[in-house]
Amino acid sequence: MSTSTQPTGALARFAPSAARRRRDMLARRVVLAATVLALVPLVLILYYLVHKGIGAWSPSFFTSDPTGNTFFGGSKIGGVKSAILGTIEMVALAAAISIPIGIGVAVWLVEYGRDSWFAHTVRFFIDVMTGVPSIVFGLFVYIVLIVGTGSSYAGYKGSIALALLMLPIVTRSAEVVLLLVPNGLRESALALGAPRWRVIGRVVLPTALPGMLTGMLLAVARAAGETAPLLFTAAAANATTLNLGAFMNSLPVQIYNDITKPTSAVVERAWGAALTLVLMILILNMVARLLARRNRLA
Amino acid sequence: MTLTPDPGSKVAEMDPEGRPEVSRSEAASADALAADQRTRITGEAPAPSASEAGGEGAASPAVQVEGLRAYYGDSMQLKGIDIEFRANEVTAIIGPSGCGKSTLIRCINRMHEEIPGARAEGRVLLEGSDVYDPSVDVVAVRRAIGMVFQKPNPFPTMSVFDNVAAGLRLTARRRENLDHKVEQALRGAGLWEEVSDRLGQPGIGLSGGQQQRLCIARSLAVGPEVILMDEPCSALDPIATLKIEELIAELKQRVTIVIVTHNMQQAARVADRTAFMLSGELVEVGPTETIFTKPTDSRTEEYVTGKFG
Repeated sequence: MSTSTQPTGALARFAPSAARRRRDMLARRVVLAATVLALVPLVLILYYLVHKGIGAWSPSFFTSDPTGNTFFGGSKIGGVKSAILGTIEMVALAAAISIPIGIGVAVWLVEYGRDSWFAHTVRFFIDVMTGVPSIVFGLFVYIVLIVGTGSSYAGYKGSIALALLMLPIVTRSAEVVLLLVPNGLRESALALGAPRWRVIGRVVLPTALPGMLTGMLLAVARAAGETAPLLFTAAAANATTLNLGAFMNSLPVQIYNDITKPTSAVVERAWGAALTLVLMILILNMVARLLARRNRLA
Repeated sequence: MTLTPDPGSKVAEMDPEGRPEVSRSEAASADALAADQRTRITGEAPAPSASEAGGEGAASPAVQVEGLRAYYGDSMQLKGIDIEFRANEVTAIIGPSGCGKSTLIRCINRMHEEIPGARAEGRVLLEGSDVYDPSVDVVAVRRAIGMVFQKPNPFPTMSVFDNVAAGLRLTARRRENLDHKVEQALRGAGLWEEVSDRLGQPGIGLSGGQQQRLCIARSLAVGPEVILMDEPCSALDPIATLKIEELIAELKQRVTIVIVTHNMQQAARVADRTAFMLSGELVEVGPTETIFTKPTDSRTEEYVTGKFG
């Protein structure tokens, strides 16, 4: 049975042949190479971000607004305070819009719609929405809320564009987690004589919450990094504002504007802003992972 | 022994939201109900040793099933079942897999219809009131007829205490004396001694057998008249199974029990009466001893002697 190169004795019968060992080794090396190749750009991105961005960081970078002066070397260009706060404000509003709606849709799909034709239609459109390029959401809000109403750019309009972008992500992830809630829990709560809405509110949603939080935070992280939906909905601004009805600055738009300027200090500010944005999203992702670890369903 | 002050009016009281109106008279009746429930849970009331031998005509029917047909989509799973489950007795339902045992008990508290595409026809009378009557609120039916499932499934987000309290909170029962009610339900399920010092810990931290008794306590807390058990011990080891069986023997003094089991020894140990089902039909029902020793139907005999199934 075994070839002459194989060990003898009782184990020889099950030992792999030399050809199989070579194929195995080759396959392992190919997948390892693919992994390393994929890591190269990731590491380079992080390296360049830190290398170029950290120099722009200073206490005033985070505490001052951009001055708008970008052409004359040596003059004060300011920091990114308005961009950080603008991003937080607009994403917070977008989350406040999309998360309740998205969870509502997911609860309907899982608990009520199930296999109805309408539920299938809704799922289809959610999938389509997931694939829509983000600039299309910006365009839609621009046409409806800016051209359509004859009004100007505003922070809340940016939030609406971001909310549209987040909605399918929140809905789909919440739906997946709700589907993971064991049916036995619903049944035992129903069998106690609980009305369905109370079963959902007291048993299903609390059980699904940690998992749903992960999906929500990933949607938030995605929205925080988007430039396109904000360009012609919230536009850009220099001053920090808490008024969501006014033009509003954001980190991605600030980066977009800065990187095209001829002054090196301004370009450096773009790198600093990019590093800030990546760190903010990294923190969100880490929170999401921590919550996912607490997920009782995983 | 009367199980409720007036079972007939209890069904009629059921309102669609399942929330008792806060009018004085109903609040008073809820108190009476709570008191009655406590009595049953503590077992203070002298319970008759309901027909140990399963003597014919000894007990009144608590649940009467008449011409019950159950469907999944177009396929008929129960082909017209007539059976009665007597008050304060344990009735075991045995039969091979897929014969409709679980479907039958899920039809009694109307859980069958929770499965998409499933429906049932016929009558299920609880103390004379048809739970399938159009005027009946399904939520109220399930409060009167509790259910324990095959797999122990405490609510994972809740502590031991909250799991039992959930029986009351989820059904918006009156919440005074919650501590007392939870303790009584846990005592009723024979779990109090084991968990009294860790009521705040997660229910899913208990052992499998304890979890199942926690689920029994949870249904007891609502104060049901009937408890349906769907293979409650199939996920448990023999010692945990024994505890559940002892518990069943105690519980039948307060509630009517219907237990589906694959384990014929278990049926022989716990049940006053046993029903044998085959392919969606009730073949035979009678005192457990008769079913296992001298059944009238040859199919029953073949099944209980292990010739098929």
